[in-house]
Amino acid sequence: MTAFLTALRKDFLLQWRGRGQIVAIFAFGAATLLLFSFAIGPDSVALRQHAAGFLWLGLLLASTLSLAESFEREMEEQALEGLLLLPASARALYYGKAVANCAQLAMIGAALVPVMVVLYDAGTIRLLSLLGVIVLGTAGLSAPGTLYAAMTAQTRARQTLLPLLLFPLVVPVLLAAVKATSLLILGDPMGQLRPWASLLGAFAVVHWALGGLLFGRVVED
Amino acid sequence: MYVRYGKRDHRAELDGNARIRPPSPLVRRCQQGAMKAATLRDRAYSIRRMIAVAAAGLSRRYGRRWALTDVSFELPGGALAMVSGRNGSGKSTLLRVLATAIRPDLGTATILGHDLRADREAVRERTALLGHRTHLYEPLTALENLALVARFLGGDRRRAALLERLEEVGLADRAGDAVQTFSAGMRQRLALARVLQQEARVVLLDEPYGHLDPPGFLLVDGVLRRLRARGITVLMATHLLQRGRTLCDRSLVLDAGRLVFAGATAEMPEPAGSDGAGFAEGA
Amino acid sequence: MAAASQGPLPKGLVAVGAVLLCIGSYWGLAQAPGEIFMGDVQRIMYVHVPTAWNAMLALTFAFVCAVFFLFTNSWKWDNRLEAAMEMGVVLSLLLCTQGAIWAKPTWGVWWDWDPRLTTTAVMVFAFGGILALRAFVDDPMKRAVWSAVACIVAFADVPIVYFSVKWWNSLHQAQSTPATVSKAFHWPLRINAFGILFLWAGLVALRTRVAALRLRSEIAPPLPAPSARGTDARASGSAW
Repeated sequence: MTAFLTALRKDFLLQWRGRGQIVAIFAFGAATLLLFSFAIGPDSVALRQHAAGFLWLGLLLASTLSLAESFEREMEEQALEGLLLLPASARALYYGKAVANCAQLAMIGAALVPVMVVLYDAGTIRLLSLLGVIVLGTAGLSAPGTLYAAMTAQTRARQTLLPLLLFPLVVPVLLAAVKATSLLILGDPMGQLRPWASLLGAFAVVHWALGGLLFGRVVED
Repeated sequence: MYVRYGKRDHRAELDGNARIRPPSPLVRRCQQGAMKAATLRDRAYSIRRMIAVAAAGLSRRYGRRWALTDVSFELPGGALAMVSGRNGSGKSTLLRVLATAIRPDLGTATILGHDLRADREAVRERTALLGHRTHLYEPLTALENLALVARFLGGDRRRAALLERLEEVGLADRAGDAVQTFSAGMRQRLALARVLQQEARVVLLDEPYGHLDPPGFLLVDGVLRRLRARGITVLMATHLLQRGRTLCDRSLVLDAGRLVFAGATAEMPEPAGSDGAGFAEGA
Repeated sequence: MAAASQGPLPKGLVAVGAVLLCIGSYWGLAQAPGEIFMGDVQRIMYVHVPTAWNAMLALTFAFVCAVFFLFTNSWKWDNRLEAAMEMGVVLSLLLCTQGAIWAKPTWGVWWDWDPRLTTTAVMVFAFGGILALRAFVDDPMKRAVWSAVACIVAFADVPIVYFSVKWWNSLHQAQSTPATVSKAFHWPLRINAFGILFLWAGLVALRTRVAALRLRSEIAPPLPAPSARGTDARASGSAW
């Protein structure tokens, strides 16, 4: 447990030192939201209807940058290997990194909500539920994302491989999160939010467990 | 100096932090006894000159090339040994295999009684590697890098203790600066401090003199002498043969992945062709 | 299976499989009576359903190989994994194509978001991505470990993808799945199923052999072991 907390503290510290990059990633996400509105056209009804989809697509694209960057610092001087040799438990390092990535993505997601509100006229009064959906969704993104980012950071074509591997895997997250967010924005007369949220939760549980088991093999020789 | 109390570490001397209750004297004596037994077992290797590092048939390939072929040797506890050889002869690979950073394809080694393959965690607890890459986090400061090691290993992470460590390598005045502002020589010093922080019984150094200025050379010499005085087994890969010969009592020579000499430094053969003869080594 | 990959068995399997496939396809596509509602278009089910079974079987076999590799660290499971993944991707692509061929005359669009077909499409991308990963990693051991890990994660995702797509789709329209085949006409189906099974089993065995040869050219052969040497525990055994 202390190893996990130490790893988490280390990752938060690294994120804080690199906060300029986080702002840049948020700007990238906001720019993609803008591009989506140009792609659809100035049809405010259509924009409002698809706002949830745009938000999550933008967040997904931003996540490739964020996840890849999270392992830059670990690999440039083989710092991760240095920690593993102390010895430090690979599982603790994984969960520390995954939680930090989840927090960073959730922050970027939350920051993109006002952008969505402004561009697509798609707001909701159920802000807490929206935040909950964002946290669950980014938890689902960050678990396999951290695993694959660790892999691809050690390969040649790291920029292309991470999205290629991650996107098919997180289709359920995209579906469920867009659905849940849509219900929050457009209204949820039949109370369908809970099942979608539990789908997100189930996905997260499965992949956090799998990631912890497999991370050791991915980073060790 | 502190002892473990249950799952949390309590400092025996209260740092003015009244929340921490020191364990009862009886508990403390028992735990000190347990801790002493474990470290005594490791220390016995040097006190009684038992074999601390025993490699048997270590072989490792990278793709089509065998980087190490059938390397076998023994190092007694407390020895200060050097391994030398041409570029690409497998020195770094050997050190990385012994540190369990990479696995051997064939053969195995025993470090302080623990097998590399079977007991990797135990070997990692007892070894520290100064590798080609510094294992440092660039955005973090020197102090933070050391504190990270201290936190993971449960060592003394008070600022004063870490500053002392930095003082040992001559970086005390840059303690609060991010590593990305450091020069290559300073990074090397910090990496050395990181290795010392781990307080391992077997220390593996890959080119410790690299990037350092002449005062740095003397620094490393001093560190090596202090390590030997504490009975710590050191295996050092270096190109500085003359310096190595004065310091080290044992030496290994690798050539194209094979061990061509293992024994006392006094009996070490001159390098073939004396390519290094014309170069002036570091001061 | 070690010896099987070497001998004439794989080619025999391929031959038998091809023959069975021809028989079953002819029977189903030409001989069997047409279905009441959809007519001749429905005949594609005689090929589509067996392909679906076999695609899932191939990917499950790939998952099994991945698990075995992580536990045994033996190259032969990595070779089989590579072959099985490629076969799984090919069969899944065929499945999507057949689905599109069925959908166009039936629904007027190339793609209906049928849960099973959509899951298959996602699997094509997922496992195709793993094959791409293999192409970019030079170290054979890392490549093997990473593709095994990625295969396990992707396979564990299949049921989740299926349920989420099914749910997502059910809210939009009442989609009828590609019709099942009436009981009287199971024989061509079964023949085709076994035909494709033998076909892909033989092809996978042959492809495993190719993978083993490729691996052999990539890594140095093991050093001859004298009596006193320790065992090779990093990657053991024959490449089969």
